[in-house]
Amino acid sequence: MGSIKGIRDKVAIIGMGCTKFGEHWDKHQSDLIFEATKEAIEDAKIETKDIEAAWAGTWVSGFDGRCLADPLKLQYIPVTRVENACASGSDAFRNACYAVASGAYDLCLAVGFEKLKDSGWSGLPDQQSLPSNRYPDRTAPGMFALMATTYFSKYGLSPEEGKRMIGSVSVKSHHNGTLNPKAHLKREVTIEQVMNAPIVAWPLGLFDCCGVSDGAAAAIVVPADKAKDYRPDPVYVKALQISVCPSEGELRADYDFTQVKATVRAGEAAFAEAGITNPRDEISMAELHDCFSITEAVTCEDLRFSPRGKVKEDIESGFFDLTGGLPVQPDGGLKSFGHPIGASGVRMLYEMYLQLQGRADKRQLKDPKLGLTHNLGGIPISNTVSVLIIGL
Amino acid sequence: MAGIASYGAYIPLHRLSRPEIQKAWDSMMPIPGEKAVAGYDEDSITMAVAAARDCMTGVDPQKIDRLHFASTTSPYKEKQAASVVAGALGLNKETLTMDFAGSLRSGTNALRAAVDAVEAGSAQGVLITCAETRMGAPNGDKEMSFGDGAAALLVAKSGVAVTIEGSVSIFQEFHDQWRSDEDTFVRFWEERFARGAGYLRVVPSTVAVALQKYNLATADIAKAAIYAPDPRLLGMAAGKMGFDPMAQIQDPLYMTVGNTGSALPLMMLVAALEDAKAGDKLMCVGYGDGCDVFILTVTEEIEKIRDRRGIKRHLESKRMMPNYLKYVQWRGLMDTASPSRPPINHISVPALWRDMDWGLALHGVKCKNCGTPQYPRQRVCVICQAADNFEPYNFADKKATISSFSHDNLAASIDPPTTIAAVDFEEGGRIVCNMVDRDPQEVKTGMPVEMAFRKVHYFEGIHNYWWKCTPIRC
Repeated sequence: MGSIKGIRDKVAIIGMGCTKFGEHWDKHQSDLIFEATKEAIEDAKIETKDIEAAWAGTWVSGFDGRCLADPLKLQYIPVTRVENACASGSDAFRNACYAVASGAYDLCLAVGFEKLKDSGWSGLPDQQSLPSNRYPDRTAPGMFALMATTYFSKYGLSPEEGKRMIGSVSVKSHHNGTLNPKAHLKREVTIEQVMNAPIVAWPLGLFDCCGVSDGAAAAIVVPADKAKDYRPDPVYVKALQISVCPSEGELRADYDFTQVKATVRAGEAAFAEAGITNPRDEISMAELHDCFSITEAVTCEDLRFSPRGKVKEDIESGFFDLTGGLPVQPDGGLKSFGHPIGASGVRMLYEMYLQLQGRADKRQLKDPKLGLTHNLGGIPISNTVSVLIIGL
Repeated sequence: MAGIASYGAYIPLHRLSRPEIQKAWDSMMPIPGEKAVAGYDEDSITMAVAAARDCMTGVDPQKIDRLHFASTTSPYKEKQAASVVAGALGLNKETLTMDFAGSLRSGTNALRAAVDAVEAGSAQGVLITCAETRMGAPNGDKEMSFGDGAAALLVAKSGVAVTIEGSVSIFQEFHDQWRSDEDTFVRFWEERFARGAGYLRVVPSTVAVALQKYNLATADIAKAAIYAPDPRLLGMAAGKMGFDPMAQIQDPLYMTVGNTGSALPLMMLVAALEDAKAGDKLMCVGYGDGCDVFILTVTEEIEKIRDRRGIKRHLESKRMMPNYLKYVQWRGLMDTASPSRPPINHISVPALWRDMDWGLALHGVKCKNCGTPQYPRQRVCVICQAADNFEPYNFADKKATISSFSHDNLAASIDPPTTIAAVDFEEGGRIVCNMVDRDPQEVKTGMPVEMAFRKVHYFEGIHNYWWKCTPIRC
């Protein structure tokens, strides 16, 4: 990965905003976009008219640039809608950063948003399917459960041991969520509750799954050398990487469900871009795509936070807790926020940004230097992954 | 002389005990035994495919140039079912496909047409498939007595295991039972008239004509596979014809499968063939709006086609349904709460047509550069990225095991949980698909599975078929 050029330290974030995530029965996605952007604009101490170009990340809640231009009444500037599954928000941010790094613009906006709760359905509102509908009946939990089944059997964990391992991931994230006023779920859960919860897709129970919610988050980016004109504590972009899997796991019998190659690829590229050799020691904190507890566990191995097959030891020792060596999901994660698809990536950046600026209140970590965010769009056998790193 | 070169059958895994039905309705009609019940994702087309695949064990598909589908329960009133079956079996595009419908003699009619075509030299190998999923009205005796099942026979000119010596047919315009274009359930006239003027008169008289025509006595017949609404009527008919009911009459599968309508005489014939030896004379009788009688002689070749699931192995492999409500749900007899999931997508007919090879026949491709089988069809190899360098590859009959699975309670299903499995084929390739006919408790990684052709959706009148995996049935 030594050949990665990237844009390390060329772009800075000067303002961010994030709505409360949850069941916004009384709000359209336009309201959420407006609220997140308003907070970001106020945080950056700019005006809407200062925005030169904008990117919107959404999965199913908007179609083209008008989804931002309309609610924000952006005045005839270029606006592009980006869709890259669960990495949509992160990819919108990446596009805004590249636009700034290219020299084309001096101030860009990225907004991730999603309004899922209008559908009335359980789970996500749409299935990836073929026009002929010759496609297995399968949901996100059903597909991620395959990871757990195989992880348990590969590493010799009984279902009880395996469920305890991934259950501890959820207990930790639920705890962090209680400290966050913007989280959807703010309640502690015990390992017994997690392990005895109704099964959504065996072996994953209710508390192994993140919820479905509505939300939006926004970021304003400028060239790094202009960042201090806006605020004394800008946060710098260290790495922006995306890796897309050509559906290998659908077709290849040698894919064993205990890793996600796109996470490994995007992670290694991001570490190279950011100049990181030992992520376990060098990354201060991370927001990982914990759509399911098993996903977080496997991602910790894919990103070399834990040695392959050994994440259980780190989970059990509290290494990923707020007080641990590498806190993961300090804001409570998808587990506490739910997963409004396009919003999640930018929401993760929002927590890293607050932590780096020392503004994370009860969740504040001590002197973080580098924060990593990770989105895994799709399913274990076919996916699109983003790994972003920001820091001081 | 035309004859039967191969046979096969299919009986769905699930059985419903008749006392369960009686209990559900608090009914006064104690009928013993059990009925075979097609799975929620099975119908006459999928069962015909399953029986045909059994029949095609060791058979070169190139030798089949005609396919008959016979049933009174085709999923379509207008649209051929035989073409779906032929597509799923991956038969030659030049295969002549025909549906035989309406009558309970559809199965024996299809056999007769096959024999005539082969004798006339207009067909070389005719694959006859016959399947039924008839429904008796709830809380009626036919609900208990009807069962689901299928049979398949390959009729050819040479190398046959059974020669068909000849046949006799009569027609009788008669309403002993019927189902109009507006009926879901079979209707019946009262039994005393129906049997007196119908079954007990027509079957013995037609059999008598056939015996006389071929210069045979009842004693010459080793086994007679005679359609029968129930064993009692069969016993009465056998007595009238002079057969020894115990020794000469093939079991009508009443206690184990139920009355499978037009498929019954062919299923009984398959069962008779499983026990037959060279030289045996057999009789097969279809009844409904008339009567078809066939006289058959078993040859030495029968020993070469023993390796089939047929009736016996399918009968032994069964799972009892927990209760009658399961049957109600599977057959859609009651409106139930909608799942809290998105509705089924619109089905694109151009996509169905375009995807026929991989969607119906489970044909993938094999990379000519690196040799890796892949499903579905690809343009660029997933392993070596060679472009457009593939040959067709059939996954349907390849050995496979599952490397991962989950039991999904969120997916909308008539029979939750929805089991998802990664099916890894011994000779390479993977298909991630649903697993059915499984006991969730028994699903394990490394478990051997086989592919089964099933119905996946019904949307705006289109029955949409694809493949799932099942544990190795038997």
